[in-house]
Amino acid sequence: MEILKTYKIYLDGAFPRTESGRYYPVVDPQGNTLANMCLCSRKDVRNAVVAARKALGGWSEKTAFNRGQILYRIAEMLEGRKGQFVEELIKQGSSKAKAEKEVQHTLDRIVYYAGWADKYQQIASSVNPVSSSHFNFSALEPMGVVGIIAPQDSALLGLVSLVIPAICGGNTAVVVSSENLPLCSITFAEVLHSSDVPGGVVNILTGKVSELAPTLASHMDVNALVSSSLGELEKPLALSCVENLKRNMVYTNTEEQGLNFITDLQEVKTTWHPIESIGGASSSY
Amino acid sequence: MAKPTDTLEWNYSPSLESTNHIRLKQQYGLFINNEWVAPSSKKYFSSTNPATEEVLAEIAWANEADVDNAVKAARKAYETVWSKLSGAERGKYIYRIARMMQERAREFAVIESMDCGKPIRESRDVDVPLACNHFFYYAGWADKLAYAMPHKKPEALGVAGQIIPWNFPLLMAAWKIAPALAAGNTVVLKPAETTSLTALKLAEIIKDSGLPPGVVNIVTGHGDTGAAIVNHPDIDKIAFTGSTNVGKIIQRAIAGTNKKSTLELGGKSANIIFDDAPIDQAVEGIVNGIFFNQGHVCCAGSRLFVQENVADLVIKKLKARMESLYVGNPLDKNTDIGAINSKEQLETIEKYIRLGKEEGAAIYQSACEIPSKGYFCRPTLFTEVSQSHRITQEEIFGPVLTIQTFRTIDEVIQKANNTPFGLAAGVWTDKGSRIFNLTTKLKAGVVWANTYNKFDPTSPFGGYKESGFGREGGLHGLGAYLK
Repeated sequence: MEILKTYKIYLDGAFPRTESGRYYPVVDPQGNTLANMCLCSRKDVRNAVVAARKALGGWSEKTAFNRGQILYRIAEMLEGRKGQFVEELIKQGSSKAKAEKEVQHTLDRIVYYAGWADKYQQIASSVNPVSSSHFNFSALEPMGVVGIIAPQDSALLGLVSLVIPAICGGNTAVVVSSENLPLCSITFAEVLHSSDVPGGVVNILTGKVSELAPTLASHMDVNALVSSSLGELEKPLALSCVENLKRNMVYTNTEEQGLNFITDLQEVKTTWHPIESIGGASSSY
Repeated sequence: MAKPTDTLEWNYSPSLESTNHIRLKQQYGLFINNEWVAPSSKKYFSSTNPATEEVLAEIAWANEADVDNAVKAARKAYETVWSKLSGAERGKYIYRIARMMQERAREFAVIESMDCGKPIRESRDVDVPLACNHFFYYAGWADKLAYAMPHKKPEALGVAGQIIPWNFPLLMAAWKIAPALAAGNTVVLKPAETTSLTALKLAEIIKDSGLPPGVVNIVTGHGDTGAAIVNHPDIDKIAFTGSTNVGKIIQRAIAGTNKKSTLELGGKSANIIFDDAPIDQAVEGIVNGIFFNQGHVCCAGSRLFVQENVADLVIKKLKARMESLYVGNPLDKNTDIGAINSKEQLETIEKYIRLGKEEGAAIYQSACEIPSKGYFCRPTLFTEVSQSHRITQEEIFGPVLTIQTFRTIDEVIQKANNTPFGLAAGVWTDKGSRIFNLTTKLKAGVVWANTYNKFDPTSPFGGYKESGFGREGGLHGLGAYLK
């Protein structure tokens, strides 16, 4: 007799059920029930934002090197549970070959961004040669709390492709899983949980995108919203983002990876400081 | 032996900048396809000198049809000429514009002060040279875009619609046009309705420079003209500098379209003085932070935070310094604070001064005389204010400073970040490690440490949070105009 897993949500480093007590069944292509997922509420979104905001200070102030190590640790933990992800993908309609490929891509992607953690700053910052006696430089800082609507047609790789670059850059995240393919998102939360990622850095909710995404988009304490093409939902979400000028990133292709997935979620800060005039222009020391 | 009453006597002696070399037309049309065309609206509005209330010129008021003509010109120029040119050739045009602006720098400075109200000292030493340098800087990027974006293939966006404010009219035109052209875009620019003249003078230079027709088009008008640009379906990018409210209107208007945008919006920036700061320099920094350009600066250091144990000293010195500021004729080289840009803006500032008093804050204004004609405001500070006062929360855009005190670093970081805005901040302390602690934790796009209100073409500028997004200036400013 197989012991079935209860899929819950990932909030503030713990696995509670939705506060609403609601659920929705997820079925396989043959119509068999795979799991009863949490049908999260708007209140769950707000709780997740509070958790992400609380975690931001600690996560963004970790050294870049440390964040890189923790990201690499995620890959290590996922490697050990490859089989489970493959199985879940197959249950949700993938072929074995496709499932294995997706998990391998996911692993490669995490390692790719782990390597970026202490390098993107060097590529994207600048020392600016101003025409006055000042030292002036521009460096990147995380935007803050990022809302992520995971790609709906992808069970694992899509979500990981948006979440990992966000946290690589020191942001914390509130993630809404794929509505119909949510299983891997919660198993991925278990991977995060065992990977030294502090609680609250990534919070993962399942439920109806049409219900959760607008709350995330209009939340005044969310700094950016990331999604892939969402069709008719895109415009109302963009409108909701305006109230606090949330940065709104819509990716048409989440199959790609690249530096821009990190830098799109960074602010540029420019700092000036006077240089003491030492009158040493002609000296050669 | 000198008697104690023998103090040095200073008599005010005006030093007026000459205006007799200034040639302004009585009426300006729209600049489309390198031609001056009459607006199809047949409407004109006056641009006045805010220091004298005299009309300087009549300016065309573009309607939707005019904007459409300008966008068509820009699209045609983009497709047939500008996108076909090599970066090196584009750069040569931009260099040429920079040089011609430098040649006519004094003329630009005088017109800017007449039209805008800012002191000639500032337009001559800050606005105009920075504007020229901005063109010169970006000219050199035109053939080096691949170095700016090593991780992607840099491609122009197409036609950029650009809407600029009245506080730094020529400089903002330069901030918008120069990177757009360098990146290979064509432009439809709308100056603010109270300050169109230097943009129209820039149009003369653009024509003289031989820039292909339609690459830069300048359409003057009010808010409806701006709306026509924002809503035009054939515009690829909106670049806007102005108020947060209008920025949000623009974002709503383009939601769900493919238009890209960068917004440089309002601010309520904190200027923080620690007890170990060089106090006299800090006082100069406070004055420069809030009274530069009559406080019409989006990044003005309008919220002053002084460490409690030096507050009395700083405020005493600040008041004394305020008494020495000359408020008056913008064309007088002695003038520190010129005219408020418009009657409307003066009313806004006066409304906030009233509000501050009503909310129970203590006001101090310098005792200087102000001209009876024109729009002027005395340098003003408020003490006994708290975070909840509207004068500490809302952008006033005038020479009005609020002063709060603090004891600890954590407290001042909390207070400084407690605003929806995030454009700039200032920190004054002698301790290096403290500077980096603060500059890291302040949520602002520009942080000035032991200085304030410094700008440079190489230095990216732009905000966090509701102060907008995207950067202007420097390498990062190119990103706003590339795919």
